[in-house]
Amino acid sequence: MLHNLASLVRYRGLVSSLVARELKARYRGSVLGFVWSFINPLLLLLIYSFVFTTIMPNETVGVQPYAVFMFCGILPWNWFSTSLSDAAGSLLAGGNLIKKVLFPAEVLPLVSVLANMVHFFLGFPILLVFLIASGHTPHLTALLWFPLIVAVQLLFASSLALMLAALTVHFRDIRDILANVLMLWFFATPIIYPWFQPNVQRFRWLFNINPFTHLAVSYQEVLFFVNGPFGHWKWLVALGGFSILLFLACYWLFDRLRDSFAEAV
Amino acid sequence: MTAAITLDRVTKVYRRYTGRQFATLKSALLQRSILRDLRPSETFPALTDVSFTVPKGATYGVIGRNGSGKSSALKLVAGITKPTSGSVRVEGRISALIELGAGFHPEISGRENVFINGIMLGLSKREIQQRFDDIVDFAELREFIDAPVKTYSSGMYMRLGFAVAIHVDPDVLLVDEVLAVGDEGFTHKCLDKFAEFRRRGKTILLVTHSLNLVERFCDEAVWLDDGRVQTHGDPKRVVGAYLTAVEAGEEQLMVATTAKALERAEPPDERPADPTSDMFQAKEGRWGSREIEIADVALLDANGQPAHVFHSGDRLSIRLRVRAKEPTADCVFGIGLFNADGVCCYGTNTFIEEMQPATIAGDAEATFAVDTLDLVEGTYKVDVALHKRDGYPYDYHRLLYTFRVKSRTHDVGIYRPRHRWTFSPNVRFDSKP
Repeated sequence: MLHNLASLVRYRGLVSSLVARELKARYRGSVLGFVWSFINPLLLLLIYSFVFTTIMPNETVGVQPYAVFMFCGILPWNWFSTSLSDAAGSLLAGGNLIKKVLFPAEVLPLVSVLANMVHFFLGFPILLVFLIASGHTPHLTALLWFPLIVAVQLLFASSLALMLAALTVHFRDIRDILANVLMLWFFATPIIYPWFQPNVQRFRWLFNINPFTHLAVSYQEVLFFVNGPFGHWKWLVALGGFSILLFLACYWLFDRLRDSFAEAV
Repeated sequence: MTAAITLDRVTKVYRRYTGRQFATLKSALLQRSILRDLRPSETFPALTDVSFTVPKGATYGVIGRNGSGKSSALKLVAGITKPTSGSVRVEGRISALIELGAGFHPEISGRENVFINGIMLGLSKREIQQRFDDIVDFAELREFIDAPVKTYSSGMYMRLGFAVAIHVDPDVLLVDEVLAVGDEGFTHKCLDKFAEFRRRGKTILLVTHSLNLVERFCDEAVWLDDGRVQTHGDPKRVVGAYLTAVEAGEEQLMVATTAKALERAEPPDERPADPTSDMFQAKEGRWGSREIEIADVALLDANGQPAHVFHSGDRLSIRLRVRAKEPTADCVFGIGLFNADGVCCYGTNTFIEEMQPATIAGDAEATFAVDTLDLVEGTYKVDVALHKRDGYPYDYHRLLYTFRVKSRTHDVGIYRPRHRWTFSPNVRFDSKP
């Protein structure tokens, strides 16, 4: 397993060209092409703004403007959830490669995560513009945490991606189950409601065992609540440590099932 | 002699999940039986105890029927699947021409696909850059290289896949029946490329149904049947052994076909005699009044042994055993040969050939002997008939007997006249390489 893990480094050229291919293929043939990576989050943000300021004004103190607050969590969540659903089908979609070519299968779920990370990065400037426009200019010191949050999320998402990809080969139902689980997970995470709400605090322990809580809260503290210190860093570091173990466990599972892919895909 | 590829007592068992799929994910998780359930429930041995060694620099052919395990063996050598037991060792960089263009993405251009495919096959970006022009020229796709691959014809797609794979510059090249990818010209180019590989001392493992190719190209060959090595060694000998077995198989098939046709024709069809029945209507069956009965029909080879597979130019005899319930004077024996399309290749009877019917009584035998069966390769059916001069049928067997003619020459038509070619001295031919 460790040998295989080490050889992952050798495949970085392959991974990067596959990610590039994924991104190119995504917008090939559309008129606006890459611009869609900006437009999609922008439109989403505008819709949320309209709904939560005009239709159903949310006046919660401390999280104004509400749409921008929500967006700090939704953008990373979108990266996370689309990564997982893409990754779950990645081995099946790449069946040709696994069956017919000597190909390191773990590359496929990782490419799903990384390609969606690029979309996340492309949407991020939009968020930044809105943050600055609404008077939430992030502090430089807080922004130093940002790469760490992304790194933890990358590791955490990659772990789950590997596990889901490997299991989906044998249990095709996972793809359908996953869509529902992700929906539930989204609402169980303080993304569209703030972490400090009394109702959330009452079930604090429940939220604490949800790993994505710590990612969402970290993003919010670093990007949105610019006036306070980044108090959530301990949880973030703990999640980072947990993600390393999780990654090893998921990679082990993937490795165990590896030989069955070429036959079961 | 150093070995490039060594298979040592390799067994590959495929799992079949038929019948016992996982009930549900939930139950698998609850019973913690995921790993246990991934073990085979029903197994299917694709290869059993296969051992062979391909020396470095050799071209090695693998032949066998469909489903005999050829492609499984190739996948094991390529490292795509792992043997269930035994070991596979390969020295040097492998390139597998198994599924050409397997990694192509339809939406992006041929150029980008060449790079990504090359990287998948283990080249670096710089190496691909260096070989890019060669690849495109080899695939003959210069003008289309920037078009998305989805707009390519299947031939173009395959050519590009082939071109990339062959430019990986492998030490060991695995080829699975891919020479059928292009037109004649491209096939020749591929063969030239293989020849160049051989000259440079590379090892080639060739899985093919083209026995000609094996005989012409390979230094050694192995014949797999039902996942086992039947024989290996000199390609001519291996191909010969394989062909013999194929003929034996066809022989059995012909016997079975004939038996089935006869069974369908029984019980005796009491259709009223129809003297005007069209001789050329291709419908199997048996009819007639049975005053004289054809009890047995046998196709015999030159040694008088029953056979169903003949070589073009062989001797063929059709032997009829007949039984006349009462002595009869008005009796004509007839024979018809039809090819698979239902075309009558030859038809005759004793009356046409001006043999006046004499008496026939009790058990009798008649043999229709062809000294040289000058038919082209194909499957043929036989009519045999006993009737009166006016056509009133005693016993008519329509297309009930089948035989096969084989030939190493792929000429076309029905009939191969005995022939030879002569040329003036300024025309010369090289014999096949």
